Amino acid sequence: MAKGIVIDIGRCTGCGYCELICSFTHHGEFNPLKSRIHSSVFIDKSMAVPVVCYQCEDPWCAKNCPAGAISIDKDPGGAVSVVTVHKDKCVGCKMCTLACPFGCIVVSDSYAEKCDLCGGDPQCVKVCRSGAIRFEEAHTSVAAKRKSVAERLLGSYQEE
Amino acid sequence: MWYGWTGNVLRVNLSQPLVTIEVLDRPSAENFIGGRGLGVKYLYDEIDPAVDAMSPKNKLIFATGPLTGTGAPGGSRYMVVTKGPLTDAIAESSAGGAFAMAIKYAGYDIIILEGKASTPVYLWINNDQVELRDASHLMGKTSTETEIAVIAETDPDAKVACIGPAGENLVLFACIMSDMGRAAGRSGVGAVMGSKNLKAIAVRGTNGVKVADSEAFLKAMMKAYETIDNEDTEHFHQHGTPSVLALVKEFGSLPTRNFQTGVNPQWEKLSGETLSTTIATRHKMGLACPACPVGCGRVTRVTNPEFAGEGVGPEYETIGLFGSSCETNDLDVVSKAGFICNEMGMDTISAGAVIACAMELYEKGYLPERDVGMPLNFGNSQAVIKLIEDMALRKGFGKVLADGSYRLAKRYGHPEFFMGSKKLDFASYDPRGLQGMGLGYATNSRGACHIRGEVHDLTLYSVQHWRVTMDHNVGPVDPHRWDDKPVLAADVQDWFCIIDSCGMCNFMFFLILNEDHARALIEAATGIDMGGHKGLMKTGERIFNLEKLFNLKSGLTVRDDSLPKRMLEEPMPDGPAKGMVVHLAEMLPEYYRIRGWSHESIPTPRKLQELGLE
Repeated sequence: MAKGIVIDIGRCTGCGYCELICSFTHHGEFNPLKSRIHSSVFIDKSMAVPVVCYQCEDPWCAKNCPAGAISIDKDPGGAVSVVTVHKDKCVGCKMCTLACPFGCIVVSDSYAEKCDLCGGDPQCVKVCRSGAIRFEEAHTSVAAKRKSVAERLLGSYQEE
Repeated sequence: MWYGWTGNVLRVNLSQPLVTIEVLDRPSAENFIGGRGLGVKYLYDEIDPAVDAMSPKNKLIFATGPLTGTGAPGGSRYMVVTKGPLTDAIAESSAGGAFAMAIKYAGYDIIILEGKASTPVYLWINNDQVELRDASHLMGKTSTETEIAVIAETDPDAKVACIGPAGENLVLFACIMSDMGRAAGRSGVGAVMGSKNLKAIAVRGTNGVKVADSEAFLKAMMKAYETIDNEDTEHFHQHGTPSVLALVKEFGSLPTRNFQTGVNPQWEKLSGETLSTTIATRHKMGLACPACPVGCGRVTRVTNPEFAGEGVGPEYETIGLFGSSCETNDLDVVSKAGFICNEMGMDTISAGAVIACAMELYEKGYLPERDVGMPLNFGNSQAVIKLIEDMALRKGFGKVLADGSYRLAKRYGHPEFFMGSKKLDFASYDPRGLQGMGLGYATNSRGACHIRGEVHDLTLYSVQHWRVTMDHNVGPVDPHRWDDKPVLAADVQDWFCIIDSCGMCNFMFFLILNEDHARALIEAATGIDMGGHKGLMKTGERIFNLEKLFNLKSGLTVRDDSLPKRMLEEPMPDGPAKGMVVHLAEMLPEYYRIRGWSHESIPTPRKLQELGLE
């Protein structure tokens, strides 16, 4: 199964390092607005939530692209699967931005742009000290979540 | 071409009103970096330091550094530089958060506010569109209310700094609040903002920050980032600044009963570990300022109906002053006190200190109960909460407290009960157990500050990685020794001038980073050559000396490099520092000699020439 960016909401501190490194990697400047990952901070709830392209299996953006500029690229080993914008075909019509339910594709400088997993080595994951964004197979994180719920249940059982 | 810096200064004359955008003075930027250094340079050049801090002639400068808004760890600081009304000396108060980043992204390094608006206004900076708007409907609102209202009126992405009622009422230790709970806390910078009739500043910035050498910057940034990623950071992340309490207590330096002793037997009730397992809403998980891998911010909720509330904090200093020095010994009370101070926009250190000072005056019979309107013995939690609200609104006895503990102690005929230096209250460290802190308190430009020359870090955190200390081949630093402190204090003060000027948070540095990290980041960001270790430290020394010149012109003298009689003559009664006093008289002459200052605490012409300050 392909690896993807997995988000653990409870761990995010809202530091926005992911946004800074993303904009720097792709645009050569530090500017959260040009990042392809965004972390929204909710101070009143003492929570922060990162949002990034989930690399859909059947992407809305690709289905709606009239220019056929968006496709799923897989590496030969099948370890990484990326919904990719092909700049040479993109006409900047913004249909993808309307179609994406998550707001994770934007048109900037006349082309659609979205998370490309940095070619299989996502930089945002490298600077997430709290472990809120990880690069792994989705089923791994789901299994980990199940295990942590089980541990909580176990804890409450023993206390009684 | 500017890298790191934006190269722009936003100048707003509130009297006329007039907005101008100027080019940043390149030599000033290179010689003073940014933040604290650049702020003091502009202030020194533009005002008469002898001016009344509350007069329209004083200026209020918000200054970022070249690393603010970049990916440098902790690179989200702004510094407010002005003449302080509490201290009548140079005031530089710093806060972290998205507001600092927004200033840079809007395209400015510094914002200079001049004059005084005729009616209450707020400043709305939307990139290069700058306007003053009526703020009469915001008057009296708390900091959170103000922030929410201003965002609603401007833009959802706007970042806001504002004053609360305390700033409006010119409480001498009012602060400037930003990002819902971050404070540019000390010296009364919020009162200066209030005196200018400026309620808030909202900033929306959409531009990025570019660096001179992307490859070198990324390398330096990742090196710093990876260095920070260690166990100490994790502890600090889990328990925040309150984790410091357990360290300070080990040295018998936890202020108790207005610094009558450094030993509080009930310290465990106040510790960071206790806080994490009781009132913290995110166990083992703090909130972070932008670009911060540490995340020291606490969010707490108190359910005890008497002190119920929810908000950001409390920090260690808040706990030390309200919890230990006022002897409430209750985190519920401390948090409530912190919440109120944040909403009212007041420095928790000075607010806690003035109440502790009043408590001692009361218990010793110098402050009559009829003046206060209630009993004010140590540990009276209800009185603490009531008086905080009253001082923010300058109501009843709060009117007297709002002028700070120096003026309170003087008013009641016992100035010796003021615990501080240059009219600024001590932070939560009794210097008798930490001699280096004593020298720092007495000589730091803005007064008795704990983050302008953190010699105590060398003890508390066994910090061995700073090059400044390695230059002098000191081994582990003994907190009770004083003969090695003058050279350390001078070095660490210069070093903190750099940290405070580059735009990074000083927590990055006491945790692990050293000056090599800072220099690599500054040089890669700006493209200038800092001149190696010596050049960098010279820049720090230049900044420190310029602050000194400002203070001299403000009217401060060698007599202001002082500590309360208690610290110099009353030996610590118990605990690990038992029998100690601060050996200030022994340390000062050596400190002045190292600084190249006369016995009168005045920089010699030779020193000024060496630093380019003649």
